[in-house]
Formats: sequence, structure tokens, C-alpha cells
Amino acid sequence: MTDITLTIDGQTVTASEGATVLDAARAAGIAIPTVCHHEKLEPFGGCRLCVVEAEAGGRTSLAASCIFPVQQGLNVRTRTPQIEQVRKVLTEQLLAHAPESEVLLKLAEDYHANKDRFPREPSFCILCGLCVRYCAEVKQLNAVSFVDRGPTREISFDPEIANRECWECKECFPLCPTSALQAAYVLMKSLTAFSPSAHCAAATPAKQATA
Amino acid sequence: MTDTTKVQQIIDRHDAREGALIEILLDIQHEFHWLPSEALELVSDRLNVPMGRIRHTATFYKAFSLVPKGRHEINVCMGTACHVRGAQRVLEVIQNTTGLMPGETDAEMKYSLDTVNCIGCCALGPVIEIDKEQHGKLVPGKTAALLKRYE
Repeated sequence: MTDITLTIDGQTVTASEGATVLDAARAAGIAIPTVCHHEKLEPFGGCRLCVVEAEAGGRTSLAASCIFPVQQGLNVRTRTPQIEQVRKVLTEQLLAHAPESEVLLKLAEDYHANKDRFPREPSFCILCGLCVRYCAEVKQLNAVSFVDRGPTREISFDPEIANRECWECKECFPLCPTSALQAAYVLMKSLTAFSPSAHCAAATPAKQATA
Repeated sequence: MTDTTKVQQIIDRHDAREGALIEILLDIQHEFHWLPSEALELVSDRLNVPMGRIRHTATFYKAFSLVPKGRHEINVCMGTACHVRGAQRVLEVIQNTTGLMPGETDAEMKYSLDTVNCIGCCALGPVIEIDKEQHGKLVPGKTAALLKRYE
């Protein structure tokens, strides 16, 4: 593999081809905050907190460093007023969903975010996908997955697989950036549902249920 | 209940390719008007795709339904043009006639009611679609009579 030289915060950094800017920065000891990133998992680019300014060929763009591959001669800035502002607003938005998350409260302190800026919608899930991806990629069990889309998107355990596998595993619980109880709650919800598919049960119109 | 061989044929038609998941689900939806869980389990087995990903896909696209649909699928357009031309009142008439809220199917499996956001013929607004057939320039007073044509 060829080595690629780039600049991160004025520091010359060498990285192998295919590495991400986040990998290169961390190897050089430059801290970039992340919520959805995990070394064992494929890059996801969900939380966007790892945003950096990437300058190549005279153009500067904001990029999520965890999914941005290194390029020869790339000039990366990880702490500029614009990035601080983006991270501040992102943290404020995530805090609306998970107001008690210690990870997010720490970020709020770092970036001077106002944790009450947006009205609270405590779903306690920020859809970082850590549990979903860990179950699929590391455990290869696919017990938990995303369902629905947009504002109603949520994580959901497959009751059949969960009943068989989850009690012995629970490895996704400590990964949760909002609280380990969140995954436990969703797990219980799917195991106590009466239908083979918890989601189908929730979507069944009342009219049919009473028919 | 579900015709397993039909599902098998649909999967065979796409060579049980993992990449054809959406097309297979669309064909199943077209055949049965919903995605029965037995069919999804078969798709999961034959394509070697985890059930979680199938559920993710099936709940992501509005074209798929995880609950049985009635014989007649009514889609009421609530897009901007239809909205200003009185789609809300047309919807209310349909709700009162069928006794359904959007997203529901009646116990006799006669009608399924849904709202959609634009079906692309704004000049005909307010538009409703029954079994893929468009009915434009609707007025609330004529809507109930229109529904009676579908048994």
C-alpha cells in the first residue's frame, strides 16, 4: 500500500491508502470527537460530530472525517470557528433526544452548547446505529435493526432472535452513547409484544384487531 | 393462506439474488397486496439476507405494507395543489363513508385508505386513486357515489 501524505492542523501526517482522515488524525494524536464511531465497525457517518474542514485543490468543504478517505496533499483543519459552531448545533440537536446522555453533556461543555436550546423530544435514541452495526458486523446475529424512516425511525429487536441470543450477549448495551438502559428497554418491549413481529403488531390497525 | 409456490417463483425469477431484494419485495407486494411474514421469512432464507434488513427495507418504503390491504386501495392525494382545491374535505367524506382513518383497512377487507403526498397530476386536483385508477376534479358531494362503484 502506498503511503499518502496530508496535513492535519498544520502537522504533516502519513497514512496508508484507504485510511480515513479520522484514522490519520487519531494516529497523529489529534483528537476528533465522535459518537457513532467504533474501531471494530465499518465507518457509518451517522452523528457528523467528526466534521472537519478538508481543503483539496483550492476547494474547502465540510466533511465527516470518519468516512472521508485520505488524499495526497489534503489539508485538514479540525478546529475552526465554523467547525466549533457545527459541532455545537449538532450536540444541541442530539441533546433534544437524549438530554441525560453523559457523552453528549461532555460535548456540550466542550463546545459551549446550550442543552435546552431545542424543545426536548426524549426518544433516548440518537440513531447512532452502534448496537445495530455491532450485532450485524461483530456478532453477525442481526437481532436488532432499524425500522421505519425519517422522524419515526427507531431501533427494534427481532423477538425471535432476541429471545434466543440476547440474554447471553447484551454486548450492545454498554456501546449505547445515551444510556445502556435504552437498548434494554427496546429489547424488553420487543420480547413482551404479543405478535411474532413487534413492528407488525404496532402497525396493525385497530379495526382489524377487533374484527 | 399464502401461496408459497408463488413466492418461490418470484424469488426464482430474480435468481434469488441478494441485490434483487427490493424487486422481489415489490413483486410480492404486487401479488398479495401486502408482505405476509411467511413470505418474508422465505425471502430471508433463500436470499440469505437477515430478517432485520428485510424489515428495515420493508418499513422504509411506502410502497410496502406489512398489514393486509383491502380489495380496493384508496389513495387520497394531499399534495399542495390538491390541498388548496379541497382534498381535506374529500378525505373527510371518504372517512365518513368508509369509517376508516388513513392507514386503516376495514374488517370486511373491502377498502384500505391511505393519504399520499402527490400523484403527479396536480391539474386534476383534488385527485384520488382507487386501485391505480385516477379520479380527478372531485367534489365532496360526488365522492360517496364514486366509492359505491367499488364493491
